[in-house]
Amino acid sequence: MAQETVEVPITGKITCVNVKPGDQVQEGDVICILESMKMENPILAPVNGTINNVAVNADQVVKPGDTITVIEF
Amino acid sequence: MFGLFETGFASFYWGNGVMLAVGAVFLYLGIAKKMEPLLLVPIGFGVILVNLPIGGLMECIVQGKVVEAYTIGGEPAGLISRIFHYGLVWELIPCLIFLGLGAMTDFSPVIANPKTLILGAGAQFGVYFAFFMALLLGSAFPNIGIGFGEAASIGIIGGADGPTTIYLTNRLAPHFIGATAVAAYTYMAMVPIIQPPIIKALTTKAERAIYMKPQLRPVSRLEKILFPVTGAIIIILLVPKSAPMIGMFMMGNLLKESGVTDRLADTAANAFINILTILLGVSVGAFMSAGAFLKPESLLVFGLGITAFAVSTFFGVILAKFMNLFLKEKINPMIGAAGVSAVPMSSRVVQKMGQQANPRNFLLMHAMGPNVAGVIGTATAAGIFLGILG
Repeated sequence: MAQETVEVPITGKITCVNVKPGDQVQEGDVICILESMKMENPILAPVNGTINNVAVNADQVVKPGDTITVIEF
Repeated sequence: MFGLFETGFASFYWGNGVMLAVGAVFLYLGIAKKMEPLLLVPIGFGVILVNLPIGGLMECIVQGKVVEAYTIGGEPAGLISRIFHYGLVWELIPCLIFLGLGAMTDFSPVIANPKTLILGAGAQFGVYFAFFMALLLGSAFPNIGIGFGEAASIGIIGGADGPTTIYLTNRLAPHFIGATAVAAYTYMAMVPIIQPPIIKALTTKAERAIYMKPQLRPVSRLEKILFPVTGAIIIILLVPKSAPMIGMFMMGNLLKESGVTDRLADTAANAFINILTILLGVSVGAFMSAGAFLKPESLLVFGLGITAFAVSTFFGVILAKFMNLFLKEKINPMIGAAGVSAVPMSSRVVQKMGQQANPRNFLLMHAMGPNVAGVIGTATAAGIFLGILG
């Protein structure tokens, strides 16, 4: 099965995580919210698939390139 | 002794009623809709205060007589007319706000990708377009009283920069200040409504979906320190009249980036700019008394102002598309729309639309480049107007 890794685009703080391993997601679904520069930015699923693992928690400070989740499709 | 029984009712007229309603709408938008609350709440309450007759907040002494309204050339004698006079007419507040804005601005997206400076300049075409439109209207209908100064003040609204608009209007067309200030701040708040349809009309879905790598290159501390210093020197040598705004803006940024003046940067970016915002809001509101604001010219300012804003967005996107003809690594043309200086509203619009078109896209930092470059662009455009017309 193909995998796609969703990475953190900019430094910020994860305010909430909307998915857990095993969830089915559609392209465009919100995976988590990243707060950066006083804005809440949703991180969206790039493909339809299944969440394999979730590497971030709410309130975690993250930097660019960190893995948020891996989606199998 | 009759003064004892004097209430405001006798002097109240329909115009005051209209303006009280306007003030109430501002308060509603600010408090209930959270639209630019930091500005709309003080402006809204200021509007209400100055439309309660004979309160004397805007009193001025002209040739030994006290008059109720702020009068150019008179000596201010009321609470708000003094704030207005020494804050706005003396040009202290808008320029000092730029010091605070500088201390809040991160130039690293521009330094990492200097191409975005071009986009920030491109969006200023709207300013000049509206300037010439206003001039044409003014010469076609001489009785509406639009000359060069008025046209420039209307055009600068297209830059979507409140302090710059106030600064320029105060210099070139002081009787328009209520209308242009309110137009500039209103359109800034309405960025998420005005820009998307224009961007959509100019781009295909495939263009909006153009992917840009989210990571910009890291920018060193030395670059961040050199940018405000060299930026100020180059821009002020090129456009000397931009010195008050660009000078303060870059100094604020240097306070932030030098790393050794954190206390000053912290004050400039928080307490200081908050104090100035209160004074600015109250004084702008105070210039919206019924007599000064309920004029056909105000409608004209609003109409041409939104044209300026729309055209700025238009040129930003078109310029980005034009640049793509030459770039090997294509940019997403939407980031051109962020060349207006509404920071960070325009960037957010681009970010949101980019994600809608392609969920992999994260254009926020790419849009911040033209966005902060737009602030420099608008202040420079104002400096050019002042150099020619001031």
